[in-house]
Amino acid sequence: MISDIVVVGAGIVGAACARAFAQSGCRVVVLDRDAPASGTSAKGEGNLLVSDKGPGAELRLAQYAASLWPGVAAELAEELGAEFPAIEYERKGGLVVATTGEGARPLLDFAASQRDAGVDARAVSIAEALELEPHLNPDMTAAVHYPDDAQVQPVIATEALLASARNHGADIRPFVAVTGALRDATGRITGVSTTAGAVPAGAVILAAGPWSGEVSAMLGERLPVRPRRGNVLVTTRMPHRVFHKVYDGDYFGATQSSDAALQTSSVVESTAAGTVLIGSSREQVGFDERLRVAALREIAAKALRLFPFLAGASIMRSYGGFRPFMPDHLPVIGADHRTAGLWHASGHEGAGIGLSLATAELLVAEFLGRAAAIDAAPFRPDRASLAPYLDEVA
Amino acid sequence: MKVVIVGAGPAGLAAALAARAHGASVTLLDAADEPGGQYWRHLPPERPSANERILHHGWQRFTAMRRALEADAGCEIVMGAQVWAIERSDAPAQARTEAPMPAAPVVVHVLVGPPDGTGRAGRTFRPDALVLATGAHDRTLPFPGWDLPGVFTAGAAQAFAKGERVAVGQRVVIAGAGPFLLPVAASLVATGARVLGVFEASRIAGLVRGWLPKPWQLIGAAKKGGELAGYVGTHLRHRIPYATGRAVIAAHGTDRVEAVTVARVDANWRPVPGTEQRIAADAVCVSHGFTPRLELPIAAGCAISSSRFVEVDEAQQSSVAGVYAAGEITGIGGVDAALVEGELAGHCAAGGSPGDPEVRRAAKARTTFTGFAARIEAAHGIRRGWTAWLDDDTLVCRCEEVPYGRFRETAAQTCGSGLRSMKLTTRAGLGICQGRVCGGTVEELIGGGPETAAGGLLDQRGVAATTDRRPIASPVRLGELAGGIGPTEPTEPHLSKPTVQKGHQ
Repeated sequence: MISDIVVVGAGIVGAACARAFAQSGCRVVVLDRDAPASGTSAKGEGNLLVSDKGPGAELRLAQYAASLWPGVAAELAEELGAEFPAIEYERKGGLVVATTGEGARPLLDFAASQRDAGVDARAVSIAEALELEPHLNPDMTAAVHYPDDAQVQPVIATEALLASARNHGADIRPFVAVTGALRDATGRITGVSTTAGAVPAGAVILAAGPWSGEVSAMLGERLPVRPRRGNVLVTTRMPHRVFHKVYDGDYFGATQSSDAALQTSSVVESTAAGTVLIGSSREQVGFDERLRVAALREIAAKALRLFPFLAGASIMRSYGGFRPFMPDHLPVIGADHRTAGLWHASGHEGAGIGLSLATAELLVAEFLGRAAAIDAAPFRPDRASLAPYLDEVA
Repeated sequence: MKVVIVGAGPAGLAAALAARAHGASVTLLDAADEPGGQYWRHLPPERPSANERILHHGWQRFTAMRRALEADAGCEIVMGAQVWAIERSDAPAQARTEAPMPAAPVVVHVLVGPPDGTGRAGRTFRPDALVLATGAHDRTLPFPGWDLPGVFTAGAAQAFAKGERVAVGQRVVIAGAGPFLLPVAASLVATGARVLGVFEASRIAGLVRGWLPKPWQLIGAAKKGGELAGYVGTHLRHRIPYATGRAVIAAHGTDRVEAVTVARVDANWRPVPGTEQRIAADAVCVSHGFTPRLELPIAAGCAISSSRFVEVDEAQQSSVAGVYAAGEITGIGGVDAALVEGELAGHCAAGGSPGDPEVRRAAKARTTFTGFAARIEAAHGIRRGWTAWLDDDTLVCRCEEVPYGRFRETAAQTCGSGLRSMKLTTRAGLGICQGRVCGGTVEELIGGGPETAAGGLLDQRGVAATTDRRPIASPVRLGELAGGIGPTEPTEPHLSKPTVQKGHQ
């Protein structure tokens, strides 16, 4: 049997693509060298954010994604039934806080620019901020409330999308690693060779997250995706005292920088299970999984500036993951302009959970020649901002 | 030479003595209040007892080792010391500004003080050599009713008996697998409990295959045989029924245990229908073997074998130069193996060699213990049929209260996904014990397990993907973590001169 589509990677982006293509009537095979949802998708907080994005293409993608999630969450719940664990979609809202005198103005200016781009970004007084988050350190200089920030439990969301894809006929094959490309006489990719034999396909969608650069090279094309490590601390369960996603304003600086040095900014939120997630750091250290205490210490110190009560909270685990970092800070979505048959869905850095659904919709639209909901050109592999990096040695 | 030793049980104490004898300065760290480990757990000093030796094998050896170390200015013993992280200092991305690099590429992060207190002090060590002797904890398989008050791990029952002189019940059933059941029975009898029976899941054939082919090895070279004979003697004296091929498959009661169901099990530990027998009891102690505490060796980068032990060479050195391992984390071998391994590890960590005359006896004895752990595993190792005694309401993970039925349902819904996904989807293993109790169970229920050659849990990422990987090795408060920033935390010098020089260098 010839599969129409092979998706490489069973993380949330691959899962969303598998579901969207299967729903469109394509025959879909998903390959992952590991178990589903065991890489980047299992190592993040499950952010569906608009608050951290300035006006531009990524914000438009995030706004589009935010419009898709409520419907997909409801569809998945109905389709998979009560036996399937809930994906914990919650539009809980974000609260971004400036903790220094010089930090207040940039935060409020940033929010104003977002408002112009259609984001619900509400500058609130310190008193209002404390009403939203009573345990927040009152010693803050500015606060902005983003009601549209949401979250999901990313692993359950990935499994739910895969289960739905399976219901629509997709074939999910874990522990099968891609080893190379199958090509026809014209050089067009016609499938992949794997550790479990050849898998022919009309199109290969590369959704391997931070490992996409590696797999792309195996398929014969360079893709400048690099791993960027992030760490999150998890507390033991406690009574619910953090109600939104709460950030310090430094977060913008960290996401926009390409500096390899350690950067941290505070991200604090509760989960449905009662734990508190405290993030996050960003380091470019390759695929180095080893714990770095200095990174954890900085995360901890910054979180305490937001929520002093957390000083007594017990950290029972930390997890670190690798986010797929792009040099021009935009995901790569669409057909490869160099090799026919190869498609990309990678490079979402820390935003892939949220952007997964929108990514899949853009790909399906391009593949089937349908009109897309937003302009996909800024994400295409042939965009001008990416061109200087495509020849760079990986 | 500066040697840091983690764990003050038999292996750690022996390592400390040997490292001192070879001239190293030693820091011995242990989370407990008193040295001795699980094996020599005893009454606190404010409630001394003249009868410790009755409950403790090798008690005189322990007190002699302890006294020698306490009197030695070159050995710092730090009790209440939680090693919460081991950081590797050979990370390629890390700037190597500090010269000279210590031999062991590790940084040991410790918090000292009562774990429930607020004022724990942070300490950081960069030793020349590190000896890990972190031991093992009980492995307990779930069964219906195992979460009732009155159900204890055999280790907890033993700890009550040895550390508090309290029996866990009046009428006690002991069940599980392995030679540890016998000393637990002996301790309980010594503290006044009536032991109704010891039920060993392995069958006679299994025991014959595992223990009996070379009994002289146990009796002749190791004290294990003598120890075993002592336990058997105790059994006979108190007429404790000892049955093999039987398991406790359920505990019953409303507020606490009132009775247990014991059934025959086949060679694969699957209960044989129709053989159930109900026994009234107010406590049940279970142990199905041991889980080595591997989080620190994994954090240090040590290679772990497919049977989940730290791989060591004849010097007890792990795959990481300068990092040594001894005792139960290198194979469940009992106290005598731990003492010998500890001695070798300490001697070699201090710069010695396993061929040196002062450790000749230890090096020779070590070869005797080789294969001991494998024989215990062959005789008493967990067999897959045990899952047949679970029902849908049996909690797989007690911290997060995940019942077997829901776990199985989720596995079916997600087509039996990988370990990390199953944990995060069901929450099994995500609770306060971080999978220390249920990790092995969850891995086996998913159907992986370390022996799976292809795919399963031990895929490309190997042991890094198992439940034994815990970069934060014990809970740390956010304030303690944040407080470590800046110059307030005392940091040990990279290289320090031993305070006492002994032996040859």
